[in-house]
Amino acid sequence: MTTTLPAYDEVVARYEPVIGLETHVELGTNTKMFCGCPTDFGGEPNTRVCPVCLGLPGSLPVANSAAIEATIRIGLALNCSIAQWCRFARKNYFYPDMPKNFQISQYDEPLCVDGYLDVEVNGETVRIGIERVHLEEDTGKTLHVGGATGRIHGATESLVDYNRAGIPLVEIVTKPIPGTAALAPDVARAYVTELRDVLRSLGVSDVRMEEGSLRCDVNTSLNLPGEEWGTRTETKNVNSLRSVERAVRSEMLRQASVLDAGGRITQETRHFHEDTGDTTPGRSKETATDYRYFPEPDLVPLAPDPAWVAELKAALPELPRLHRRRLQQAWGLSDLDMQSVLNAGAVELIEATVAAGATPAAARKWWLGELSRRANETGVELADIGATPAQVAELQGLVDAGKLNDKMARTVLEGVVAGEGSPTEIMTNRGLEVVSDTGALTAAVDEAIAANPAIADKIRSGKVAAAGALVGAVMKTTRGQADAKTVRDLILERLGA
Amino acid sequence: MTDVTAMTATQIAGLVAAGETSAVEVTQAHLDRIAAVDEQVRAFLHVDTEGALAAARDVDARRAAGEELGPLAGVPVAVKDVLTTRGVPTTVGSKILEGWRPPYDSTIVQRLRAAGTVMLGKTNMDEFAMGSSTEYSAYGATRNPWDTDRIPGGSGGGSAAALAAYEAPLAIGSDTGGSIRQPGAVTGTVGAKPTYGGTSRYGLVAFSSSLDTPGPCARTVLDAALLHAAIGGHDPRDSTSIPAPVPDVVAAAKLGATGDLGGVRLGIVTEFGGEGAEPGVMAAFNEAVDTLTKLGAEIVEISCPHFQYALPAYYLIAPSECSSNLARFDGVRFGLRVGDDGNRSLEEVMSLTREAGFGPEVKRRIMLGTYALSSGYYDAYYGQAQKVRTLITRDFTAAFERVDALISPTTPFVAFPLGARTSDPYQMYLADLFTIPTNLYGGPGISVPCGLSEGLPVGLQVMAPTMADDRMYRVAAALESAVGTLTPPAL
Ligand SMILES: [Zn+2]
Repeated sequence: MTTTLPAYDEVVARYEPVIGLETHVELGTNTKMFCGCPTDFGGEPNTRVCPVCLGLPGSLPVANSAAIEATIRIGLALNCSIAQWCRFARKNYFYPDMPKNFQISQYDEPLCVDGYLDVEVNGETVRIGIERVHLEEDTGKTLHVGGATGRIHGATESLVDYNRAGIPLVEIVTKPIPGTAALAPDVARAYVTELRDVLRSLGVSDVRMEEGSLRCDVNTSLNLPGEEWGTRTETKNVNSLRSVERAVRSEMLRQASVLDAGGRITQETRHFHEDTGDTTPGRSKETATDYRYFPEPDLVPLAPDPAWVAELKAALPELPRLHRRRLQQAWGLSDLDMQSVLNAGAVELIEATVAAGATPAAARKWWLGELSRRANETGVELADIGATPAQVAELQGLVDAGKLNDKMARTVLEGVVAGEGSPTEIMTNRGLEVVSDTGALTAAVDEAIAANPAIADKIRSGKVAAAGALVGAVMKTTRGQADAKTVRDLILERLGA
Repeated sequence: MTDVTAMTATQIAGLVAAGETSAVEVTQAHLDRIAAVDEQVRAFLHVDTEGALAAARDVDARRAAGEELGPLAGVPVAVKDVLTTRGVPTTVGSKILEGWRPPYDSTIVQRLRAAGTVMLGKTNMDEFAMGSSTEYSAYGATRNPWDTDRIPGGSGGGSAAALAAYEAPLAIGSDTGGSIRQPGAVTGTVGAKPTYGGTSRYGLVAFSSSLDTPGPCARTVLDAALLHAAIGGHDPRDSTSIPAPVPDVVAAAKLGATGDLGGVRLGIVTEFGGEGAEPGVMAAFNEAVDTLTKLGAEIVEISCPHFQYALPAYYLIAPSECSSNLARFDGVRFGLRVGDDGNRSLEEVMSLTREAGFGPEVKRRIMLGTYALSSGYYDAYYGQAQKVRTLITRDFTAAFERVDALISPTTPFVAFPLGARTSDPYQMYLADLFTIPTNLYGGPGISVPCGLSEGLPVGLQVMAPTMADDRMYRVAAALESAVGTLTPPAL
């Protein structure tokens, strides 16, 4: 089916979007949620399993207190209220990657409720309401072989790996976000970015979207101005920050074209496709499974001690947004300059470079200049460019000490990125050092004077401008490692001009 | 020496400790007895001859090495097939687990080994512990040693029958609505349901998580108490396990055996009077009440108005939990798999496996529970049943402000003939009328023989407050000291 999608500007002129995000975060605890199996990524299939996470008859879950603590810290960082008493619940449905055919989750008694997260979009602060933060267990992974779709229907064989089954998973659900108009995709992306940074600052997860430790579902609906909110769709499989933005945008366009044609939106799950940027329908929610939630009878209720929660709250690290504001002040940057640092993903890199001894201005110059340019050219993240903050600080130190000039420093940096070693090593190995020893330089000048007697005479006779030719000759013999002004002064001095 | 199979666990342990017999000899004697009579009784689903003899040799070797062993070292024990046993088949009486050999031991079985007891094998039960007669076992009914045409109770009929047939001096059961106590009553043996959380459920194949309680079965109250002490206590692998020491049930049983109940107040539940119980059962019970009075107990009537709703509440809560607990039996990871011919879809294979693997009573309860938990019905059924549960707990709490323990007949009727109640589920459910309230409350209950009706055993139930298991042992041991143990006719 090919339909011509309306232009985005027209869509946001006619409709108002309401978005919402559900984010799943795999916690970085050492052990699984309800057993002692390790949680590290990878490993041969079904090697990190035990009777509990395989759901063998008779086995019982025991809740991981580190996971509960991490969830409460997330809730606190998102300004939520922490439940004084709550329970796990069973979510019942049959699927082979769920060992017990129910998932231990939380239903109407989540651990954290009613918070918010402030995010910056185009210099404006948008407050995103947080509905709930709850704790559950992850499922295994199923591989359906032999079917056309890779889905369970039509597969000739289904293989299941339970290594991931039972890894603690935190679900963070926003309240509906209305009123973002044309910025809806940017708000969605800014939220997930900010959330990721918050989670990283808490140290509760490695938040890697590509490995699935941070997963995002995006809800989108459109309505005419002044009318009730529209029917929403839930887009799954959104696996990068860029995809979050694209998925919202793509779904807004698709829904608008359906509505424009007089159709209605089906409440359904849709799958996002990274390659095309489109969404396609999945399971219809109108025939939704009845999960038959009920309180998990194998686990005792959670009753976090308020004093302990207060301790956790007091010990929270500085949150990224406040941290950034503090850095901006310390670095003396305008909002616009700070924004370009943020856009380049260079905040932490510059911070670390400054910590290693460089001035904020120099650190920013290298990361936003030469290194960002190379990152863009090669399509890698700035943090993965191959140069460390310590190396950049070392490089700047060599410049400040007069050992490298600007051009040479760039060459050395190329060597650093290429993995040739530290700036000092590269400088030495490549023989790149400003020739400041006047003895060696005087010899080179005398050599140039001797080789060009006619030019030397001109200079002696007062035609000082002719010195340029001799400077060029000296720079050539010193392979550019001399300071041009010093060379010129020396020539004039030797010729008594 | 007299036949060790006729001895109590206490006697056997004494002989083994004194070196007058060995664990191997004791074990062999019981294996021989099983070989001789189990064809008639069918108490065992699996006899682990090799494992039992190896365990017995180990006990003898440890003793020879001068190791200090517990009070039950060398005593054989039969284990209900609801508990996982590493490498030893565990079926829960169901076809769906036929041939499954668990890779791990339940906590109870681990503690049995640590106590130096010798596991003889696994006993028959109603499929997934759902039933009151053992007739719902997928492997055929167990017979009552008192009359092999009658049921041995259920779901733990195998464990109770093994005791009454002298195939084992000790057995383990599990009690969700009466599955230890009711079989104890109808076989003339002792069965105790500990406080919920007083014994670990780790490795107990779940029927109803909030009710299931493993516990001891024996022919005497003291033996039951010794077994209770050996298996009880906190287990970090069961979140619902209570982090407190087991009440001193052994001392309580010894105190009760002196026959003095002076200062003990016992309550008779008014609502249980006359309702549903056979006249012969009531006669035996009333006689036992007289005996208890003579032993010094003060008897009062206590009204527990919400007990009448216990049965319906139970038949919503237990099936609801079971519908979820039994979802894992799908043929994917363990047990039976049906229809995996390369053409059928995964969903079809899961469905065919469950269709073939579960018996009719299990399916009935899964359907009942699935319905009760459905969106739109949850509040009316599961939610309402939980409220009833709270009210029943309040009845118990109020009662225990006035009395030390409650007493009642264990079950309304003596062992009924095989097949008499299988066609009407409700008639079967009535067997647990007097035992279910205790499960909903979570307190302990014990059944002790109190006499005969029409030549068949009648049990008296003692119910105590949570974590006051010792009280029920004291009362039961006192009654036992007066009434004596019951001996069935020879097989
Ligand atoms: Zn595990």
